[in-house]
Amino acid sequence: MTTDNRYHWPHKDLLDVTQLSREDVLHVLDLAARFREINRRPIKKVPTLKGKTVVLFFVENSTRTKTSFDVAGKRLSADTYSLARTGSSLNKGESLKDTALTLQAMGPDVIVIRHSSSGAAAFLADLLPCGIVNGGDGWHAHPTQALLDCFSLRETWGDDFAGRSLLILGDIAHSRVARSNVHLLSLLGVKVRLCAPRTLLPAGVETWPVEVFCDLRSAVRDVDAVMCLRLQLERQQAGLLPDLAEYSRRFCLGPAHLALARPDAKVLHPGPLNRGLEISPEIADAPASLVLNQVAAGVATRMAVLYLLARRDAAGEQEGNC
Amino acid sequence: MTLCIKNARHLEAPVDLLVHGAEILTMTPAGHHPAPEGCEVFDARGLVLMPSLIDAHVHLREPGFEYKEDIASGLAAAAHGGFGAVLCMANTRPVNDTASVTRFMLDRARSSHPHGPRLYPVAAASVGLRGEEMAPLAELREAGCVAVSNDGRPLENTELLRRIMEYAADLGLILIDHCEDPWLGRGWLMNEGPASGLLGVKGQPGVGEAVQAARDVMLAEYLHVPVHIAHVSSRLTLEVIAWAKARGVKVSAETCPHYLLLDESALEGYNTAAKVSPPLRAPEDREALRRAVKDGLIDILVTDHAPHAAQEKESTLDEAPCGLSGLDLAVSLTWSLVAQGVLSEADLQRLWCRSPAEIFHLPWNGFAPGDPADFFLLDPDETWIPGPETMFSKSRNTPFLGQTLRGRVKHHWLGGARLF
Repeated sequence: MTTDNRYHWPHKDLLDVTQLSREDVLHVLDLAARFREINRRPIKKVPTLKGKTVVLFFVENSTRTKTSFDVAGKRLSADTYSLARTGSSLNKGESLKDTALTLQAMGPDVIVIRHSSSGAAAFLADLLPCGIVNGGDGWHAHPTQALLDCFSLRETWGDDFAGRSLLILGDIAHSRVARSNVHLLSLLGVKVRLCAPRTLLPAGVETWPVEVFCDLRSAVRDVDAVMCLRLQLERQQAGLLPDLAEYSRRFCLGPAHLALARPDAKVLHPGPLNRGLEISPEIADAPASLVLNQVAAGVATRMAVLYLLARRDAAGEQEGNC
Repeated sequence: MTLCIKNARHLEAPVDLLVHGAEILTMTPAGHHPAPEGCEVFDARGLVLMPSLIDAHVHLREPGFEYKEDIASGLAAAAHGGFGAVLCMANTRPVNDTASVTRFMLDRARSSHPHGPRLYPVAAASVGLRGEEMAPLAELREAGCVAVSNDGRPLENTELLRRIMEYAADLGLILIDHCEDPWLGRGWLMNEGPASGLLGVKGQPGVGEAVQAARDVMLAEYLHVPVHIAHVSSRLTLEVIAWAKARGVKVSAETCPHYLLLDESALEGYNTAAKVSPPLRAPEDREALRRAVKDGLIDILVTDHAPHAAQEKESTLDEAPCGLSGLDLAVSLTWSLVAQGVLSEADLQRLWCRSPAEIFHLPWNGFAPGDPADFFLLDPDETWIPGPETMFSKSRNTPFLGQTLRGRVKHHWLGGARLF
């Protein structure tokens, strides 16, 4: 699973993993592995993106993803600026279009957008000439999360993805993490299972390349990994669930479940965790948990993505100098 | 004053049309009679002669939302789209729930378009469209309203709906109901299905329309009153209507060109121009609707002309309002269905003219002697591209923007007077 040296990244934006070929994905993961090495050094900063500007435009609250992109940009010596909803003119009734045009006028190389509306990243990408990274749009997509999850799995599995099985557990319907991961894992040959009550499954799931379960014990049997999703508490208020205790009783991943999986099975979670709701504390703290590896993988993967988008004009330039 | 339209094509045959004053005198095979002495002759060779159409469902936004559309611009779009009459919905600001609003609308129409197109306001079914108290329907009818609807704010209270249907029936007014379950898929942005699942947006299933249509037709049967189902989008609703018609329920129904031409895939890329209410459904629904307009299960076509300003649609899918601007394009869009063999020219006249006239008791032109001289000439081959230069509506929110359409209204007469 290594990529051709003559490879050329063809994308202006990263909106979803669905736009990526297998070759693109492997290129991102290879590059992220090199940045992962840099992140292990005592001096973690390289001058690769010196003079480049990355704007973190986070209209929906997020601390983890924003920090991860911020660290990634700074380690590459890019200048990073944050713009949140509070403090931006969106709060004063400015339209997303005008805010975006204003940001563009400041000449950024890349804008990372996090927005509660599905399609917001695509809206910006159509409007602006700079590179757009989708840092999560509504229920739609979260491509860097899916890439970092695969990066974490690759650190464990090596290039041995094909034929593995992975269970995504929880609120699939409202999860951009699930949508992007189903696609990316399938692209890499992983057999994906979903487990959720039907009220938390997306419309048309029967057309997805997945196997669907409503019983966790059956779903987890012999899988190589489980990805737990965060349950948003408003799902219960929306009438999709009776109460959280019942949800936890049916869908909280505990040691007894993991015992049914493959002996070396790993557990992932995009965070933040609801301990005791979708993941038991024992599992969260167990050696099988990759949760903190995912955080480290996030920085490396986002470095790779920022690098590819910010340097896309430097065609033919060797990547050896990173 | 007599006018002779010579050599026009009507129902695939060449005809000559004689008009005297505001009325049709005769329509005869072309060349049968020489034009009378002193008569104005218009050579219509190569053009299709159609009766002026009736659009029973438009939103003209005035009063209150003139930045989207006003009565003058909406009627201009209607005239150039081949429409001689439009029924405008009551969701203005203020709502058309009092005679003074109705009279204001009619005054605006008469002053901006003295020769037409004619405006027929639709009365709000409930005060302020709030769905709480019945609007003064007799007063509204006297002021000029021709039907009743809570369009845009579906009536949730079934008891109130029943009382409105009964009360309106006494006045000879029919209820046009926008069928949408208030809870199922609440907050939807598009049809529920594989496409909404992949796009990660909330969907509304077609059953959300069908259950309310079932409520309406059962009430209509029980009360022995007519009901008209607005903008049918789902094949399930068609089954409800078929069931009701088979039982003799006095139900009529409409659909729009966009439901015959597009499906939910138009929302790919989060295309806000394709966000309409009810939402574009699956290809199976589109095909079922095509069959239903052909065989008469759906009685009429309407545009549901719903103009919105550019800045309102230049946004994310959840922020953008529902609706598309339809009056300028409707004839070309439905003419494309004739070109494809889905509908005939006679079907268009039935769906856009005769049937709406019958349902809402309006004058119409069947080209019989004495009929109103409301007609237009269409160039069936002329191509055009919808855009700011070619559309008369103030708003260009249409998923067909920039596409090449075939068939263009060239000349339009209403009451024997030439509009253009």
